[in-house]
Amino acid sequence: MKREAPKSIADYSPLFFPGLMLIVFFVIPFSTMIAVSFFQRDPSGFYTPDFVFSNYARFLTPFFGKVLGFSLMLAVMVAICCVVIAFPFTFLLTKRPRKVQTIWLVCLLSVLSLSEVIIGFAWSTLFSRTAGITNLFVAIGVMKEPVALLPSFWAVLTGMVYQALPYTILVLYPALVRLDPTLLEAARTLGASPVRAFVNVVVPALRNTIVATLIMVFVFALGSYLLPQILGRPSHWTLSVLITDQAIYQSNMPFAAAMAVFLVLMSLALVGLTLLVGRRENAL
Amino acid sequence: MKKILNTPISRRAVLGAGVASASLLAMPSILRAQDKSIKIGVYGGYFKKSFDEHIFPEFTKATGIAVESIAEPTGEAWLVQLEQAAKAGQAPADLSMMSQTSMLKGQSTELWAPLDLAKIKNSANLIEHFVNKYPDGRVAGIGAVAWYITLVTNTNAFPTAPDSWAAFWDPANADKLGLLALASNSFLLEVTAATFMGGTQVLDTEEGILKALDKLAEVKPNVRLWYRDEAQFEQALKSGEIPMGQYYHDVTGLAAAEGQPVRSTFPKEGGIQDSGSWVLSRASKKTEEAHAFIDHMCQPAVQALMSRKVGTSPTVKRELLDLTPEEFAAVSSDIPPIIPRYDLYTHKADWINQKWTELIVG
Repeated sequence: MKREAPKSIADYSPLFFPGLMLIVFFVIPFSTMIAVSFFQRDPSGFYTPDFVFSNYARFLTPFFGKVLGFSLMLAVMVAICCVVIAFPFTFLLTKRPRKVQTIWLVCLLSVLSLSEVIIGFAWSTLFSRTAGITNLFVAIGVMKEPVALLPSFWAVLTGMVYQALPYTILVLYPALVRLDPTLLEAARTLGASPVRAFVNVVVPALRNTIVATLIMVFVFALGSYLLPQILGRPSHWTLSVLITDQAIYQSNMPFAAAMAVFLVLMSLALVGLTLLVGRRENAL
Repeated sequence: MKKILNTPISRRAVLGAGVASASLLAMPSILRAQDKSIKIGVYGGYFKKSFDEHIFPEFTKATGIAVESIAEPTGEAWLVQLEQAAKAGQAPADLSMMSQTSMLKGQSTELWAPLDLAKIKNSANLIEHFVNKYPDGRVAGIGAVAWYITLVTNTNAFPTAPDSWAAFWDPANADKLGLLALASNSFLLEVTAATFMGGTQVLDTEEGILKALDKLAEVKPNVRLWYRDEAQFEQALKSGEIPMGQYYHDVTGLAAAEGQPVRSTFPKEGGIQDSGSWVLSRASKKTEEAHAFIDHMCQPAVQALMSRKVGTSPTVKRELLDLTPEEFAAVSSDIPPIIPRYDLYTHKADWINQKWTELIVG
């Protein structure tokens, strides 16, 4: 069946609503932010409309470069950890009976109802010296005395992976459920072990899904600003934490906006690069 | 039943009676509105509740001026709101309780109507630095309440109380401290200057500030938590997870009174004294009432009442107060306080913030 190109305005009408939403919820706020990022900061807490580059100039220093680099690295690691854990998990989940799957999915959805604050404080208790899991290790004789596992980079990573994992599984689930089982059966018939069949057949077959999931978790993790504060040292604070500091505590909206614009641009660039690399590989 | 429904009173009459009685009930407030009244902004939550309960009714009883209290947000949001309203000739509140940094920022735009000390006889009771002045000497605000940030410890982890802020620098306390995360709310630059550099006047120059920052950098290995959220530290202090740090004297005292193993100590260099001031918006037309209120609040008896009921530190001189030594110790100390250099956080705000962030994060 050949699709006809839309001719009249009415043919385009299904696009109006999404278009309107995009304008209201993305174009307008983002343009406002870009505009504010060029405004002149007034130290008494306000800003005046202007066109200055000083907010960007202040950002372009090795210090903020390091913070930005750390934020991106953290988000990439969270994305990789999530997919590495979630992909085999979801694959095995789809092999369970329907009822078991439903129970698991309901449990995962309930984790989504926890706010970042609750997740942060729960993990900070679990990792604490006075009430944390190391007390358990002492009780069973693995450790000599309880230690605090936070603040540390690993605590931040654990908290953020925990927070993003349910999303990862829910995004991977539909694709894995729909995966043609005959692919695996063919691999097994040809003599591949289950692990080999999984790595050599299932993973490549779902490469696009995996890339899309990585990007989604990356973007999700990039905005995290509470968990790094609760579970990490200041050297583990992400750029989002510094943006909050400027916007809320220093009333420096122009600088906060400039940092936010930079963060959005960097993440868009990374996402674009990932897609570009993916396309080139597909073409080969 | 039918009889009642058929009574000669029409539906309209019932409605009319309803309106009449409703307006009768509303009458007292109309009468009050014709009387003198004033809108006063205080921090929402605990402060507003305590003021509504203990302070405002006393003032209305004494002067006949009704008070409408307004919950104001902490931070600079209220300053921005007042400023924008004043430009339109409006005053969301006539008087407001303002933090010192916001108070200075408001001065730069002449937001505060100058106050006449001749009409505030009780201002003579105040400790001198609680009278905020414009650079040309006009009075911009009057100290409302004060509170202290002190050296707090968990009594299980520290059987004897440390007596100096220098304890923060002690290598024995590695990874044990909880400190506030911002220069403008922790006042650690002032603490460093007062403890090691002979006083906060060394912060007059950028060179002095950089020296203080260098000294402060030595504290970093001892800090387990740089907190923005008070609950985060308070819980860790009580459990002993983070056994030392800086915190609010009044809240720590309350926790200790509940039996928690915590204590608040005024170091020999002094506790950090932060405060709020009464300021009058230039758009307000209630100048007389505002002066009457501030005068009322500067009475030693009212200040003592606030110390007992709200837990704030008095802004009037100690010798005028009838507080017992225990009551006074619960909210203040005779050791001269470290007074924050608020001017730094208005004139050099961005520069200090940048250096501070680099110090902590870097």
